[in-house]
Amino acid sequence: MAFYDRMFNGLGLRDWCGNAGADSSMSMADLLAQANPSAEVNGPVFPFPSLDALNDACPAIPPSRDFVASVETGFLAIKDGLKLVLDPLTQPLSWMLEFALLAVESVPWWLMLPVLFVLVWYASRSKPVTIFVVLVFAFLGFVDHLDAAMQTLSIVLVCTGISILFGVPIGIAMAKSNGFQRAILPVLDLLQTLPTFVYLIPLIFLFSVTEPKLYGIAIIVYAIVPVIRLTDLGIRLVDRDVLEAANAFGMSAPQKLWGVELPLALPNIMAGVNQTIMMSLAMVVIASLVSAPGLGVLVLRGIRNLELGVGLVAGLGIVLLAVVLDRVSKAALARVSATHKHH
Amino acid sequence: MTEITKTEPKIRIRGLYKIFGPQPQRVLPFVEDGMGKDALLQEHSHVLGLNNISVDMMPGEITVVMGLSGSGKSTLIRHINRLIEPTAGEILIDGADALMLSPERLRAKRRADLSMVFQKFALLPHRTIEDNAALALEVRGVAKSRRRTEARRWLDRVGLSGYECYYPHELSGGMQQRVGIARALTSNSDIMLMDEAYSALDPLIRSDMQKLLLDLQVELLKTIVFITHDLDEALRLADHLVILKDGMVVQQGEPQDILLNPSDPYIEDFVSDINRARVLRVRSVMRRGDTNGHAYAGDVDADANLESVIAVSGGDTTHCYRVIEGGAPAGELDMKDVVRALVPRVSSSQTAA
Ligand SMILES: Nc1ncnc2c1ncn2[C@@H]1O[C@H](COP(=O)(O)OP(=O)(O)OP(=O)(O)O)[C@@H](O)[C@H]1O
Ligand SMILES: [Mg+2]
Repeated sequence: MAFYDRMFNGLGLRDWCGNAGADSSMSMADLLAQANPSAEVNGPVFPFPSLDALNDACPAIPPSRDFVASVETGFLAIKDGLKLVLDPLTQPLSWMLEFALLAVESVPWWLMLPVLFVLVWYASRSKPVTIFVVLVFAFLGFVDHLDAAMQTLSIVLVCTGISILFGVPIGIAMAKSNGFQRAILPVLDLLQTLPTFVYLIPLIFLFSVTEPKLYGIAIIVYAIVPVIRLTDLGIRLVDRDVLEAANAFGMSAPQKLWGVELPLALPNIMAGVNQTIMMSLAMVVIASLVSAPGLGVLVLRGIRNLELGVGLVAGLGIVLLAVVLDRVSKAALARVSATHKHH
Repeated sequence: MTEITKTEPKIRIRGLYKIFGPQPQRVLPFVEDGMGKDALLQEHSHVLGLNNISVDMMPGEITVVMGLSGSGKSTLIRHINRLIEPTAGEILIDGADALMLSPERLRAKRRADLSMVFQKFALLPHRTIEDNAALALEVRGVAKSRRRTEARRWLDRVGLSGYECYYPHELSGGMQQRVGIARALTSNSDIMLMDEAYSALDPLIRSDMQKLLLDLQVELLKTIVFITHDLDEALRLADHLVILKDGMVVQQGEPQDILLNPSDPYIEDFVSDINRARVLRVRSVMRRGDTNGHAYAGDVDADANLESVIAVSGGDTTHCYRVIEGGAPAGELDMKDVVRALVPRVSSSQTAA
């Protein structure tokens, strides 16, 4: 006899419910109770009024597994529509990632690495940082991890680029409109608090696992948050006196944005980009679960097959890559901040 | 006493009120009925910025605004280029209502006709000194090479040549302020708004800059609104002096006039410490009219200050001089009047009390 029987009887809902327990399908608890008659006595005296408990007393109320099933069917129902919209929109992301991976694969190392080092030099203008980067890549190449590292790096750079492309305008819009900021902040909070694996679940159903955009979206959605937040903050922090001067001399809104606000917010935006890069790297490792190539795949192999050495060396590679990306972006940030010093 | 033909004021401010707070329109009637700054703050938690200001600023003149800290000087000057919107009142520039300008027209007006020097400098920290000075021209879309020559010319004029490629944070406060002055001068606008433009300068450079402004006035005849805390500076520069207190105009007029006839104890305090002999000019103390009656001890110029006249007379108070204004005799100056003018009214009222 279920605990909530009396409640439904008392409310006069028995007819609506149908006959309690008797010939409706049996729940797991009922089966257990039959197998072991003392279980009913041992069960909770006052069970939580969950769907299952209520279903015991009143079959008209669906059990939990129906609820889970309906969430699934619900998602599957909107999936096609969602896919129809998202697929073409995100297709360029797949192309970009495919192109980047192809480029990394087909350009010979003796061309790729010098180009990379020159870029590092231009971004950081720092000799120690450039030398460090050269050493790291020499080491990675020496232990035959260069290809995997370059794959990881290219995914990180593509995703960071797209994060900046979308994150900075969103941040600007948030700084300009309090309403928009109020609307976006909870979304950003949500994106930052969601465990990284949870992102992957709906994406796996939406896109095929063979498509690069699956992990591309997961990385971007996760990593775009800091660049949005810090662009918003940076623009809101622009000295009001300086803006007043810009107004007094008749600058138009675009002139103010490009000539005053963005340059003055640049140190903050760069700090956001630095964090975005680091978060992309963290996510690209997890995304190897859904076919993202690179060092993450080796780490995963280490875990799956208990190949300790493979996992550790790939892990070291990721750490080195992380330090490289951090140093280079911080050096670029420091260079920008130097010319922005105030008073 | 001005015999110049009446011209239209360049900037005309009428019945201007500014109240800071959440509901300025609601408390405006209290202010119009005479509630003061302190009462408004205590009873309605609104700050009275400006209280019924009416000032005419003539083209080609320097209007100096003085007043204690918090009296509303910066607030007043920001209304002229509408960095602050008034609560009530009207502002006419060249006879046109500045409050009716659309955002687009306002921006065009600011670009073409208004430049400003800021109390807190407000330079763009990520730009070089030269680019800062050239800001107004850049906004107008002037070609780079012309921008450069103009900016360099004015940077040179304020004594900053050689610093063109530095950044603001590499300069001292006084130097940054001069960049701000050069920025306004480079704009070459009809109206210059100068909010304590000289406050961070040392006395020597300050005197230089005052001279620069006066020289400029001879060449360019701009309409300048100049805020200062320094009475000597005000008297040196001002064609028209406006004294503010708690957002109200307590007295305005020709500076010599205010000095000789202060209308209020507040102003008497203000002017009591000044070296009157150096500031007062013959024309404010002379008796205008016939110049045939006397045997004069000599001629003095109407624009000479009393100090120089006393030096000429050797301190003899029996002398009487003929005053020459614009090459022609205009009246006479009795040394007794000179001595009388040197005694501020404050001390006379104190002896009376
Ligand atoms: N944005 C604002 N919000 C509220 N009150 C303001 C604001 N701006 C100015 N005020 C008030 O208006 C009054 C006048 O300020 P203002 O800056 O015009 O003074 P000031 O005469 O320029 O003083 P100072 O010589 O110190 O620069 C002050 O009481 C100030 O508190
Ligand atoms: Mg001020």
